[in-house]
Amino acid sequence: MNVAQNDKEVPGQARDGAGPVIEARNLDLTFQTNDGPVQALKDVNLTINKGDFVSFIGPSGCGKTTFLRVMAALETPTGGTITVNGMSPDEARRKRAYGYVFQAAGLYPWRTIAGNIKLPLEIMGFDKSEQEERVNKVLQLVDLEGFGKKYPWQLSGGMQQRASIARALAFDADILLMDEPFGALDEIVRDHLNEQLLALWARTEKTIGFVTHSIPEAVYLSTKIVVMSPRPGRITDVIESPLPKERPLDIRDTPEFLEIAHRVRDGLRAGHAYD
Amino acid sequence: MRNLLPVLVVLAAIIGIWYAAVAPMNIRVALDQAERAGVAVEPAGSLERRDTSVWRLMAANPGQISAGYALERPRLPTPQQVGQELWKTTGEMALRGRAMSKRSLIYHGWITLQSTLWGFLLGTTLGILGAVAIVYSRVVDMSLMPWAIISQTVPIVALAPMIIVLSSQLGIEGRGVPKAIISAYLCYFPVLVGMVKGLRSPAVSQLDLLKTYNASGLQAFFKLRLPASVPYLFTSLKVGIAAALVGTIVGELPTGAISGLGARILIGDQFGTPLAIWAALLAAAILAGLLVTLLDVLQRVTLKRMGMQA
Repeated sequence: MNVAQNDKEVPGQARDGAGPVIEARNLDLTFQTNDGPVQALKDVNLTINKGDFVSFIGPSGCGKTTFLRVMAALETPTGGTITVNGMSPDEARRKRAYGYVFQAAGLYPWRTIAGNIKLPLEIMGFDKSEQEERVNKVLQLVDLEGFGKKYPWQLSGGMQQRASIARALAFDADILLMDEPFGALDEIVRDHLNEQLLALWARTEKTIGFVTHSIPEAVYLSTKIVVMSPRPGRITDVIESPLPKERPLDIRDTPEFLEIAHRVRDGLRAGHAYD
Repeated sequence: MRNLLPVLVVLAAIIGIWYAAVAPMNIRVALDQAERAGVAVEPAGSLERRDTSVWRLMAANPGQISAGYALERPRLPTPQQVGQELWKTTGEMALRGRAMSKRSLIYHGWITLQSTLWGFLLGTTLGILGAVAIVYSRVVDMSLMPWAIISQTVPIVALAPMIIVLSSQLGIEGRGVPKAIISAYLCYFPVLVGMVKGLRSPAVSQLDLLKTYNASGLQAFFKLRLPASVPYLFTSLKVGIAAALVGTIVGELPTGAISGLGARILIGDQFGTPLAIWAALLAAAILAGLLVTLLDVLQRVTLKRMGMQA
C-alpha cells in the first residue's frame, strides 16, 4: 500500500447509528440434489448495518458462500425472509445495489483492464465520458493507475484481483460482496491486498460482505465476524470486533487480536463437534 | 524455422517410402512392356507372372526395375512424375495464357474452390445458428443434437447422388448448388460442435457476474458468450473448410460432373491415366493446405487484435 492512501482519514462516524442494510430472519435454503435434499442454510438470522465489514468464516459446506449468493439474489431461499436496503434481494439486484467479487478475477481476456471495468458501465448505460471518468477513479482506488491499457494476462494474479474489485466498485453500488477474493493468492500478496482493502473500505464507506476461510484475514478485516458450521449450514457465533478502525498489519500481534482469533477458532471447533 | 524442420523430415520420409514403393508396384507393368518390346524376361508370359510375387519378379529381373520409374501409365507414379504432370496442367498452362482451359487444373481447382466456399459459407452459417439455438434452448439441445450426430454417420457418397437428383427435380440448374449443399452437409457439423462448446465456455461465475449487473440475455450473448467463442470458432472453421473441400470433391465424383477436381479424378480413373488422378489429388491437397493456412493466419491476426494471448 502506498503512502498516499495511508494518510487518508478513516471515517467511522458515518457508520454509527445507520440502519440495517441486510436483514435475514429465519433463513432456510434446501438444495434438491440427486442424493436427496441438502440443507445449505438453516435458521439463519443476521443484521448487517451500513458501513459494516462482515466476514463469514467456516469450513467448506457451511453455507457461507450460499448465504452471500442469497444476498445477491443468485440463490433463492426456501424459507424465512431477507431484505437488502429494505427490498427483496432480487429488487436490489435490479437496482444494481451490489458489486460482486468472485474468487477467480474472471476478467475478459479480450478486453483491456479499462475495458473490463467498463463492462458493467456499458451494460448499465453510462455515457462514454462518464465511463472514462469512473474507470480512472476506480483504477486509482485500487492502485492500478497506468494499467488501464494492459490486458489481463499481462498482470499478476494480485493485480488481476484488484482490477476485478475495481470493476465491482465502478458503478457505485453501496454493498460489496466478496467470495474468497484472495483465496487463490499467496500470503504476502494477500496481506498487501487486505491492507489495501481496509483503506478502500475506509475511503468509500461501503458495506462489505466477505467470505473467507482464513481466521487472521477475518479478524484483521472485519467489524463483525460471522462463524458458521456445516450440515446443516448455520451461524454458531457472531463476534463484534473491538479492534479500532485503523489497523496496521502488526495489529495481528496484539493480545486483543489474538483473543478474537481464539474465539473464532473456538466457534469453528464447536461447530465441528456435531459431526 | 524450428517448426519447419520436423515437417521437412516427415516430408522426406514420405517421399522416400513413395520412391521405394514404386519398384514393386510397377514391376509387372514394366515386365509386360519389356516383353512386348522383345526383351527376354523371367518368367515369360504375363499369366505366368501373375502367380509370382513382386519380390521374386524383382529378384529375377533386376535390369527391369528402373523401367518401372519411367512408365507412361504406371500403377504408382513417382513423386517426380506427379509433380511434372501437376506443373504441366497448372503452371505451364498458365504461362502460356491457358490457365482457364478445360485441361488445366487451375480451371478445375477454381470450380471446386467456388463450391467449397459456398458450401463453407452455408455450413458455417447453419452451424453457428444451430449452436446458438442449442445453447439457448434445452428443447433444441435435446432434439437437434442427436440428429446432427446421426447426420454425420450417413455416408456422404451415398447421399450425394440423391441430393443432385432432388435438386434437379426442384428445377435447380447446374451442379453448383447441390455441390455446395453436399459440402455444407460435411462442414456444418464441426462448426456446430465447436460453437456449442465455445458459447458454453464462460464459467458459471462469469454468467453470475452479469446477472448481478442485471444484464439482458442479448448483452450476455454479445459481451460474453460470442467473444468467448471466437477461439473455438476458428478451430472449427479450420476443420470445417477441409471438410467442405472433401464434400465438394465427393459431390463431383459419383454424379457425372465434368469439371472440378473430383471430376478429374473420376475421368482419370475411367480413361486409365493415373498421372491425372494423382495430379488432381495433389492439387486438392495443396488447395486444402492453402485454405487451412489462410484461416490459421486469420485466427492469429484476429486473436491478436482482440488482445488474447495467441
